[in-house]
Amino acid sequence: MAAEYASAAALYEAAKKVRDAGFKRWDVHSPFPIHGMDDAMGLGKSWLSAPVLIGGITGLLTAATLTFGPSWFIYPLVVHGKPYNWKTVPAFFPIMFELTVLFSAFTCFFAMLIMNGLPRWYHPIFNWDRFARATNDGFFLVIEARDPRFTEKEARQLLESTGGQHLTVVHED
Amino acid sequence: MNGTTTVPDLIEAEASPSVEQRLKRVPLVLNKRNFNWITERIAGVNEGPAPRWWWVSFAISAMVAGIGMFCLGYQISTGVGTWGLNHPVGWAWDITNFVFWIGIGHAGTLISAILFLLRQKWRTSINRSAEAMTLFAVICAAIFPGVHVGRVWMAWFMAPLPNNYGIWPNFRSPLLWDVFAVSTYFSVSVLFWYTGLIPDLATLRDRATNKIKKLLYGIFAVGWRGSNRNWRHYEMAYLLLAGLSTPLVLSVHSVVSFDFATSVIPTWHTTIFPPYFVAGAIFGGFAMVLTLLVPARAIYKLHDVITPQHVDKMAKIILLTGSIVSYAYAMEFFVAWYSGNQYEKYAFYNRILGPYWWYWWVGMLFCNFLTPQLFWFKRFRFNIYVVYFVCMCVNAGMWFERFIIIVGGLHRDFLPSSWGMFYPTWVDIWTFVGTFGIFLSLFLLFIRFLPMIAMSEVKIVLPEADPHHTTPEGHHTVQAGGMERT
Repeated sequence: MAAEYASAAALYEAAKKVRDAGFKRWDVHSPFPIHGMDDAMGLGKSWLSAPVLIGGITGLLTAATLTFGPSWFIYPLVVHGKPYNWKTVPAFFPIMFELTVLFSAFTCFFAMLIMNGLPRWYHPIFNWDRFARATNDGFFLVIEARDPRFTEKEARQLLESTGGQHLTVVHED
Repeated sequence: MNGTTTVPDLIEAEASPSVEQRLKRVPLVLNKRNFNWITERIAGVNEGPAPRWWWVSFAISAMVAGIGMFCLGYQISTGVGTWGLNHPVGWAWDITNFVFWIGIGHAGTLISAILFLLRQKWRTSINRSAEAMTLFAVICAAIFPGVHVGRVWMAWFMAPLPNNYGIWPNFRSPLLWDVFAVSTYFSVSVLFWYTGLIPDLATLRDRATNKIKKLLYGIFAVGWRGSNRNWRHYEMAYLLLAGLSTPLVLSVHSVVSFDFATSVIPTWHTTIFPPYFVAGAIFGGFAMVLTLLVPARAIYKLHDVITPQHVDKMAKIILLTGSIVSYAYAMEFFVAWYSGNQYEKYAFYNRILGPYWWYWWVGMLFCNFLTPQLFWFKRFRFNIYVVYFVCMCVNAGMWFERFIIIVGGLHRDFLPSSWGMFYPTWVDIWTFVGTFGIFLSLFLLFIRFLPMIAMSEVKIVLPEADPHHTTPEGHHTVQAGGMERT
């Protein structure tokens, strides 16, 4: 069951009501992130930083292995008669920094996609012709039929009472 | 208000509407444009037919790029001797161009990352094209270290791999750090740029009028549907990428400056280089951002999105970074004198009175120090012609600065017996001109096929994007919406 709202503010108020009604499988769609919507939907803070931290540590360890291994063990290189023992570790800091950032950034990007279930080129909501405005200036609220609390009547009442317009049942295919 | 203001005055001033009006923030998008206007205007650039000027400029830039490619091919097939490099100047235009281009890229990352962390909302109108500029500038930059090695098929020696004798590259060398820094910078910039593009690609997908467009934009939009459950992770990803890019952008030019600072050449061997280079990079980069955006906004009538306020703020950043750079110039002279080192002292004497004297007087003194001083005056910051003139001066001045540092340092070092001059060949010159062709061709393709302003981000700065926003006339779907498209 999908409904369109007139503005970001209206969608925000509606989301709070849907959250309080106890629905779980529902979502709002907007052309830009609405400030405070996570709270209005009862969602916590994104936990994306956890995989990124792991990615960053992996990058740091990779850089350490890559620089310490060849420079201390496999092929110690004496350049300009300078020392090549462990005390030269600051010379490896730039590479450690770069690889930490590189691995974190890639983890960040791909973890974001995976956590969002993307890429997903087909979605039933695309069948609704009004929905093209979700990336322009439309504000939508969708309650899925799979939600345990979902009944068409109740959802319709709730969405109508919060100011939803163009109420439509969007089918899977 | 003057120094004699009293508390009652202030209270009265606060109450009077004229002061209130004066203190009111200028909106970031002028003329109360709505969401749909932004979509129509920005996506319209990609959807309309390519204007004639676009074809003409693209043909010229592609031709220039072709000449550049030819020069590169000639240089690779004949040898690095086709450039004017010889003893004692072994680095000249190639590395100058590399530092010049990579520096230009920095403004894009500063706008997209640092200004994001500082919550500078005005960045939303310019970040997309500045980031694109970053990528294209880094592509141009990457050409030079790649081909200056002479035997490009040996360029893999720069990779962290052992060669056929089992010898590994020297991980303590700034030149190797540079490979890591520049390639990381490019990769992370691509990710950041693409992450920002996803919602806008979805907009283009939903508006596409033919199947091929729908398919291509659709593939790259990865099925984005503006869901808030997605926005939640997306915003965190954007914040994290901004946080990662912030130290990265400061590190890249620092590492580039280590290439010089760790050597023993007078004028290179200084600890001032990393901040000096980073400030110079942002200085030159902002000039290039304005060089590209001022014509683009005029041609595509984007004055409501890229307002005089944006130009004003960029001009202020140019003034700030230009002042840091000028301070560094002055400090170099001071340290050369104060160090008492005769080679260092001579090098700076040679900089202003030696054979390359006019590079310093025109490039560093006039272009980089004097012209940005105009930006102290509001009148000039709001005069687009003055702004453009200063930006052109800075673009040229920053190239001269790198030339002075590199060739100026090399051509007269310790022993007068090893002094010499550098004379560019036609291959030097046309390779550099060619990179401008590559840069502009890529930028023209970008504004043709991708939204040059981040639509989803500009929409956030409109007042009606605030969930607590109420309009006097109540909710209005029709005014806010493009009904003709539904």
